[in-house]
Amino acid sequence: MQGDANDRELEHSFLRRIGEEQKIEPKDWMPEAYRQSLLRQISQHAHSEVIGMQPEGNYLTRAPSLRRKAVLLAKVQDEAGHGLYLYSAAETLGTPRSEMIAALQSGAAKYASIFNYPAQTWGDVGAIGWLVDGAAIVNQVSLQRTSYGPYARGMVRICKEESFHQRQGYEIMLMLAQGSAAQRRMAQDSLNRFYWPALMMFGPTDSASAHSARAMQWKIKRETNDELRQKFIDQTVPQIEFLGLQHPDPEICWNAERNHYDHGEIDWDEFYAVINGNGHCNRQRLAHHIRAHRAGAWVRDAVAAHQQKLAQRTAAAT
Amino acid sequence: MADSQLELFEVFIRSKRGLDHKHVGSLHAQDHAQALEYARDCYTRRSEGVSIWVVKSSDICASQEEDSECFFDPSDDKPYRLAGYYRLPDPVDNM
Repeated sequence: MQGDANDRELEHSFLRRIGEEQKIEPKDWMPEAYRQSLLRQISQHAHSEVIGMQPEGNYLTRAPSLRRKAVLLAKVQDEAGHGLYLYSAAETLGTPRSEMIAALQSGAAKYASIFNYPAQTWGDVGAIGWLVDGAAIVNQVSLQRTSYGPYARGMVRICKEESFHQRQGYEIMLMLAQGSAAQRRMAQDSLNRFYWPALMMFGPTDSASAHSARAMQWKIKRETNDELRQKFIDQTVPQIEFLGLQHPDPEICWNAERNHYDHGEIDWDEFYAVINGNGHCNRQRLAHHIRAHRAGAWVRDAVAAHQQKLAQRTAAAT
Repeated sequence: MADSQLELFEVFIRSKRGLDHKHVGSLHAQDHAQALEYARDCYTRRSEGVSIWVVKSSDICASQEEDSECFFDPSDDKPYRLAGYYRLPDPVDNM
């Protein structure tokens, strides 16, 4: 009985903190569902950074100049670093990283579906930086105000570092759009293929989002999927116009009353098909991750063996 | 002197909920618990913080400034890691 009263009091002070815009820190009491919800979201975010290296990594040897190669390498390196920040933030919740990786590899944990689309041309590398990172930044800027301290601080660091990702992508698009007819076609084709999947990155529409309501209540999320998506749609229109490319959504139209662009319907069947494993690259992405993880086993073994040898030597010396 | 046998601890203080812990100084103490109490007395007499970390100084592994060349120079020739490196025309420059 006393335990119950104590729990209620703890929950009360937790909710008061959330209400007062205070951050929750790792050693604070938190409801188990809050912890689980954070763990799901942060680890999924981490997995996305790591899996996200694959489509662009594929172009490291194919980038058209040394400058582009260096830029792309720096970007892919950033994604690895951002995955690390996020795994570390998730680990403060008490779950070891190895468990999260196992959940990714077994398919129990998800990552952003956008990375199940292949990067087929150099234009796609431009579109990924511009649209995919652009959408991610809209989401991450909002998450800088998330209620969990380590996640919020990770987001601040990531947003600061990531500001060049979108710009380098747009620069690629700009070069192609101002290039030959074939290059303009390539840019338009990449825009057409990545625009809709980028909109889907914000997740299902609010009425269909399983986790949204409570995540908003606990201030894990600060803006709804649809609000963030609208922001991205609005900011992208003038960018497409400047490139002189055709907007992939024929229904895009300024609504002066709403002060936002109205847009066409998203193909949610495609969204769920890709989430449920039927995108172009789902199996390939996971298989590659598992292969790379296994290929690195000897390094982990060597570290452990070295550690053991050192311990034996110290023991022998004393 | 007995004092020389006490261990050195580094003290980190979180000034406000939501911010990182920041290094503020060090002190001698017998163990972690005592270091925490001393840190409270030494470093938070004017409500400087809401949380204290103490870490054994001997547990900190630090790079040396003399080595900064090999640690940090490689960043110098990589300006493309910064947003300002990409010049975009005015109408789309706010990304």
